[in-house]
Amino acid sequence: MRRNKVVLGIAVIMLGLISGCGSSAAPAASEEIKIGGDLELSGGVATYGQSVLNSVNLAFEDQNKKGGVLGKQLKFITADNKSEAGESTSAITKLITQDKVVAVLGAVTSSNTKAAVPVSADNKIPLITPTATNAEVTINKDGSLNSWVFRSCFLDPFQGKVAANFVMNTLKINKAAVFIDQKDDYSKGLAAEFSKVLSGAGGTITDTENYVGGDKDFKSTLTRIKASNPDVVFVPGYYNEVGLIVKQARELGITVPFVGGDGWDSAKLPELAGPANLNNTYYVNHMWAEDPATKPFADAYKAKYNAEPDALAALGYDAAEMLIAAIQTSGSTDPEKLRSALENTKDFQGVTGVITVDPKTHNPVKSAVIIKLVDGKKTLLTHVNP
Amino acid sequence: MGSSITQQIFQQIVNGLSLGSIYALIALGYTMVYGIIKLINFAHGDIMMVGAYAGWYAITVLHLSFLPALLFAMVACALLGVVIERIAYKPLRNASRIAALITAIGVSLFLEYGGMLLVTAQVRTYPPVFPETMYSFHGVIFKYGDIVMLLTSTILMVLLHITVQYTKMGKAMRAVSFDKDAALLMGINTNNIISFTFAIGSALAAAAGVLMGVYFNTIDPLMGIIPGLKAFVAAVLGGIGIIPGAMVGGLMLGLIESIVSGLGASTWRDAVAFLILILVLIVKPSGLFGKNVREKV
Repeated sequence: MRRNKVVLGIAVIMLGLISGCGSSAAPAASEEIKIGGDLELSGGVATYGQSVLNSVNLAFEDQNKKGGVLGKQLKFITADNKSEAGESTSAITKLITQDKVVAVLGAVTSSNTKAAVPVSADNKIPLITPTATNAEVTINKDGSLNSWVFRSCFLDPFQGKVAANFVMNTLKINKAAVFIDQKDDYSKGLAAEFSKVLSGAGGTITDTENYVGGDKDFKSTLTRIKASNPDVVFVPGYYNEVGLIVKQARELGITVPFVGGDGWDSAKLPELAGPANLNNTYYVNHMWAEDPATKPFADAYKAKYNAEPDALAALGYDAAEMLIAAIQTSGSTDPEKLRSALENTKDFQGVTGVITVDPKTHNPVKSAVIIKLVDGKKTLLTHVNP
Repeated sequence: MGSSITQQIFQQIVNGLSLGSIYALIALGYTMVYGIIKLINFAHGDIMMVGAYAGWYAITVLHLSFLPALLFAMVACALLGVVIERIAYKPLRNASRIAALITAIGVSLFLEYGGMLLVTAQVRTYPPVFPETMYSFHGVIFKYGDIVMLLTSTILMVLLHITVQYTKMGKAMRAVSFDKDAALLMGINTNNIISFTFAIGSALAAAAGVLMGVYFNTIDPLMGIIPGLKAFVAAVLGGIGIIPGAMVGGLMLGLIESIVSGLGASTWRDAVAFLILILVLIVKPSGLFGKNVREKV
């Protein structure tokens, strides 16, 4: 009896394996172009991944309605990286080796993108990240170029510089405290440039503190920041922690302005921090939804998803459009031709501004905006050109 | 802003006590269960998470106010605790302790990832239930929520103390904890007492979960892991199995973490908590309140 059960068990497992193989080995239809998405669909920054997913779907559906690209329909295949670097590596591996995509869009955060870069290089498949702003995504530490990686956003150093100049020239403040997510390259990159520019122009950093993404209690460290008497606090983090940090800071009586980067851009932020607590806070962002170049996209997005597009959505849309343009100019889906077309992107009219890719660094040259939060609502303060 | 050193110290104490009272509430459940069946219930932190979600549900969907929501979550988790005990731990009552421990880890993972399946990994926000009033006392700032949190946990701990020390049920609990077989011979229904202990412990965890949700504003299916482990450290620090030990251990751990962050080593906070666990286990394994009990022959 017992042996029968074991045999039955093995048989069931074998059957499962066989049927599993069968389904994944289905031949690819030649009428479609498969594009992969290595995205944060769950975990800490799930709203980012969702925004990019929505906007890429929007871009592809529009294109497909117009007859697709090169007469073929675009098909977007996503893999969830759970907002973790390790999962991002396996997600892109699955997309390239199993789904046989011709290019990959993603990931959203710098750390997750860096984890995907080696896989795209090994398999020679172009990777376009809409939103990874860390410098080392495209350029390695030793100065060599990651030739298969592109992006539609500007970089951390640029954001850090814009934030520092804004603090000094517009807010007229030169005493800042910095609060960094010690686990995240993006946060460290922004903070380093911010501190460098501020100190270089005669400002002082009163205190530099660290937290670890996922923390919930910041009061002890904020008490310390408060004691250092800054006139502004720079928090280059993601909305989950930033929301709690701003809330807890206001509860401790820290009334000075808070300044951050594009990681703040999420509809969840006012929910987490409380709208009133966000008064007197500013952040550097990629776009402002009411700009003439952005408005048509914003309206289409709102009509389809019944939500305001955030910067992530706009950048995701631009990344998708850049890829579509590259497929059209190169006239094929050959990875090497795609790569070269992306590298020579020039004066591309994106919804986040005009994008020109620098072939030496694969970084786009484009402008930034500064958003001021008023009762949880975004208002445009100014445009900043590179 | 100009905070003096003393102001800073007192502010850190307020921060530490708020955090510590949550640890204490969770630690109580660990300690009670351990005291009675010598099981380290690793699923305890996750019961706290379920409590946080139950409270969130009660507030946002059922539109209850804070106290009814707290009670709702406590009752829901008390039931959950009893069900877990009956299904997962009772069949292993006479198995080796390691078997029960592994089962507890299994239950913990089940709650975490089952929760993720059910409510998704998306972080959810607690609606504000308390007024955002802030009080400033000589420059030390605390909010309405801090006071409610300390009060709630103090009241719950006092209630627990009364239950354990002065009621018939409490007496039976102490008897079972002291000697299960003898208690059985005295006509105590040990199974019911064990279930009752799980119910109380889980209800306290649920209260901690709701307080945590209200205090930190965010909940997610994995929120129970770290506070669960920290509360375990607190229970060991106070002496596992000893109820006042859990309270003191929890508050102490909260204060220590606050001080560590206050000294500028915020990234070392978790490391210090677990270092304490190691030190206690090496230096005084029975904990601060533990007595050296001779092995009965």
